[in-house]
Amino acid sequence: MTRGFGRYALIVYSVIAFTFILIPIVYTIVFSFNDARRTNIIWRGFTLDNWLNVCQSQGVCEAFGTSILVGVVATVLATVLGTMIAIALVRYRFRFRKATTLLLFLPMATPEVVLGAGLAAEFLTAGVQKGVGTIILAHTMFCISFVVVTVRARIESLDPALEEAGRDLYGSPAQVFWHITFPLLIPGIMAAALLSFALSFDDFIITNFNAGPAVTLPRYIYTAAARGIPPEANVVASAVFIAAIVIVIVVQVSSAARRKRLAAL
Amino acid sequence: MAFGAFASTEAPAVEQAPRRKSRVVLFLLLPGILYLLLFFAVPLVSLALTSLQQPSLTGDIGSYDYAFNWQNYVVVIERYGPHILRSFGYAVTATVFALLFSYPLAYFIGVTLRPYRLLQGLALVLVIAPFFISFLLRTLAWKQILADEGPVVSFLQALQLMPADAQITGTAFSVIFGLTYNFIPFMVLPIYTSLERLDLRYVEAGADLYASPATTFRKVTLPLSAPGIISGVLLTFIPAAGDYINASRDFLGSTDTAMIGNVIEANFLVLQNYPAAAALSFILMSVILVLISFYVRRSGTEDLV
Repeated sequence: MTRGFGRYALIVYSVIAFTFILIPIVYTIVFSFNDARRTNIIWRGFTLDNWLNVCQSQGVCEAFGTSILVGVVATVLATVLGTMIAIALVRYRFRFRKATTLLLFLPMATPEVVLGAGLAAEFLTAGVQKGVGTIILAHTMFCISFVVVTVRARIESLDPALEEAGRDLYGSPAQVFWHITFPLLIPGIMAAALLSFALSFDDFIITNFNAGPAVTLPRYIYTAAARGIPPEANVVASAVFIAAIVIVIVVQVSSAARRKRLAAL
Repeated sequence: MAFGAFASTEAPAVEQAPRRKSRVVLFLLLPGILYLLLFFAVPLVSLALTSLQQPSLTGDIGSYDYAFNWQNYVVVIERYGPHILRSFGYAVTATVFALLFSYPLAYFIGVTLRPYRLLQGLALVLVIAPFFISFLLRTLAWKQILADEGPVVSFLQALQLMPADAQITGTAFSVIFGLTYNFIPFMVLPIYTSLERLDLRYVEAGADLYASPATTFRKVTLPLSAPGIISGVLLTFIPAAGDYINASRDFLGSTDTAMIGNVIEANFLVLQNYPAAAALSFILMSVILVLISFYVRRSGTEDLV
């Protein structure tokens, strides 16, 4: 156990560590209010203009729209495919099980640059024109494994008694699945979908290899980095950050409240 | 479970009688598995074939024919040897720094904050907060903070701790710094997961047997958190070794800090030297696969995902 001096040292260290982690985030948000004209490097004064006229800067909103489109489609595809695999892994025994888990694990363990270059080589050989479509194909691929991991954990934590009860009441397998299992899986599926969207939305490396002329938000930022990022990019990123943090904190607090309610019963 | 990072429950797998509904299994598995074969496995094969190609006889730039030109590997190792070594050097260093930085923090969240569930949850949110803001923008933020006219350099120069003409950005230090920062959450989360489950009675037993806190830590806490450490090390090392954002000239690096990812990108997307890019990808992949195979052997295939 941590006692006395050690405990205080650990608390102080952690506060410093959290501050360090937050520095570039705070910096990015603060500079979204910078009255910078083109290059957002030096602080020139506070303004709300960037927030009020986000789409004025060339390309930021279009790139944001592309990222949302890619993220939503890839998330839907990966969540459906991944959830089906997760159910099969937990509830059925089949041959090639080891090969299947390995095939699911390897994409998570492969460096993004290899995944990106591999897909690009495939598209090149097959003569596929790169664009939004190829980005979606790529994102779906690397999201599937993360969906399987997340949903599988949820299925394994389900109480089998609930499904047994359904069967005891003469529910057909389909009825048991759609009326009992699936509703219980929804929180896990939602978590998997959010994770997929976050991975897709922030992906740069794989996207860059397979985007062709399409520009997602990270690609826009990468290209703009050489000549200076417009503050509008900071606005979009800050807005996404604040929305995500609010969602996560609401989920945390509400699940803590639920635990308390359950404990009180 | 995948690197132990995402596992929140430890419920044992429900062992059910094997249902003989092979058509249902096939329906559930086939679409996803085919997808991964088509867009993960085939691309790796495609990459392998590309790495052995030779320039087309027509002499067009970016045009190659299939061959068994293994000389490509010799050529890239000769030309990019320093980049390859640098990548692994930077990635190892960043992984060590991230481990030293993250372990105490994971201990604080997993053990010290254990009685305070809400605080623990909020602390975890702080750790993963960087995931919610663009990877590129937070790296650019560090570039500007560490820039020549930025606050850190000005401060150090005012204290005369740094020569007036010295820089931070564009050096090996700033690239390693960026790699360390960007992958900290990957290190903290799995170690936290291990320490969260650590039964504190073992630690008390150590103290009861008159072990000093340091001995208890070394003999009890550290071994019990080893799975988390191994997961964290892999989860940090793999993306760090293949990263090319931090080392890029427009971010924290310079031409002297180019890593293997940078040369793969340049060869593939700029020079259209696909065989060189593919050969470099395979060299990177084979080193990662060696590490992964140790991990798989230790944890078994069932717990991978």
